[in-house]
Amino acid sequence: MHEMAISESIVQIIEEQSEAKNFSNVKTVWLEIGRFAGIEIEALRFTFDIVSRNSVAEGSSLEIIEIPGTAWCMECGKNVDIQQRFDPCPECGSFQVQVSGGDGMRIKELEVN
Amino acid sequence: MCTVCGCGEGETRIEGHDHEDHSHGHDHAHDHSHSHDHEHDHHHYGQGPARAHAPGMDQQRMVQIEQDILGKNDRYAAGNRQWFADHGILALNLVSSPGSGKTSLLTATLDALAGELPLAVIEGDQETSNDADRIRATGAPALQINTGKGCHLDAHMVGHAVESLEPAEGSVLFIENVGNLVCPAAFDLGEAHKVAILSVTEGEDKPIKYPDMFHAADLIILNKIDLLPHLQFDVAKCLEYAHRVKPGVQILQLSATSGEGMENWLQWIRMTRQTRLIGHPALQSHSAAVPA
Repeated sequence: MHEMAISESIVQIIEEQSEAKNFSNVKTVWLEIGRFAGIEIEALRFTFDIVSRNSVAEGSSLEIIEIPGTAWCMECGKNVDIQQRFDPCPECGSFQVQVSGGDGMRIKELEVN
Repeated sequence: MCTVCGCGEGETRIEGHDHEDHSHGHDHAHDHSHSHDHEHDHHHYGQGPARAHAPGMDQQRMVQIEQDILGKNDRYAAGNRQWFADHGILALNLVSSPGSGKTSLLTATLDALAGELPLAVIEGDQETSNDADRIRATGAPALQINTGKGCHLDAHMVGHAVESLEPAEGSVLFIENVGNLVCPAAFDLGEAHKVAILSVTEGEDKPIKYPDMFHAADLIILNKIDLLPHLQFDVAKCLEYAHRVKPGVQILQLSATSGEGMENWLQWIRMTRQTRLIGHPALQSHSAAVPA
């Protein structure tokens, strides 16, 4: 359940930005969550609703943009899509794949007023 | 909540970390808690019935943020990492499930290396200081962090713990994370290496059940191998799974209780510390015996 800590970080960043960019109410929060970021989206929504109370993000809705998992296959020498971290390369079956995308999580943008 | 730097959200308690009297030995960028008193009588144009927008009066706009959610933790971690490097400290983040024998491995390690290397321990648990008490019984300085409801240590807690613990130059600092194979994977503490500990009383498929953690580990220890004759645990299968998640990862098999294989782990610690200390003055001052 580290989604609680993640939600706290999101709210903190939004609070900081509300001062820097001069807004007092957030309607929508767009997040990019990688497939391998280890985030349970439903738990994130649940904790965000709680943590954002009494903040500028109170009542805002979360829009999640899921970032697919990609990896570099050392055998094939190219980028491939993978579903799980330990998946073999879908083209050659090698496990020598290095995750190259989908392991991050970011706040992309906010709709504010 | 800590009134000085805004830390201590939730119920984290760090031994020796007095929230009233902050003396920060190293430079964390502390964010101070603000009081956000917003008047809630704004005119919310465009939020009326059926969310009808009033033309020309819409105040809504888009704000680009483009920030890593864990960016703040990563900045604290970078601060810790720099501090460890400056002081010649090898920080190891020990992660495992509860019951893998992490604390027993740690006490056996401290017993074996006491008097040879300067050692220090940060203990993370949700509650109790039982583990720190077990560690202190070995003579190594130890500090307990109770995370309360938290399921992992973060870089900010570790930064505060290091200030209180004041590990010696050239130390090996063991950070025993909360027993949990999920959450600690996401939180960089500024350690040199994550060491994942898995015991043969668990399932051999743990590496593929918790791929994020085993992928993040630079060393995997397979503990309690003295129990193998009594179990169905398939070591070869476990190693194969671990290499699937992290090709080429080094895996040490040992028993902290019987001592079998322990020397390999101790040697790994010695060599890793030596490697990191190349060119650091602490190597000269602590390369031989440590002052008592």
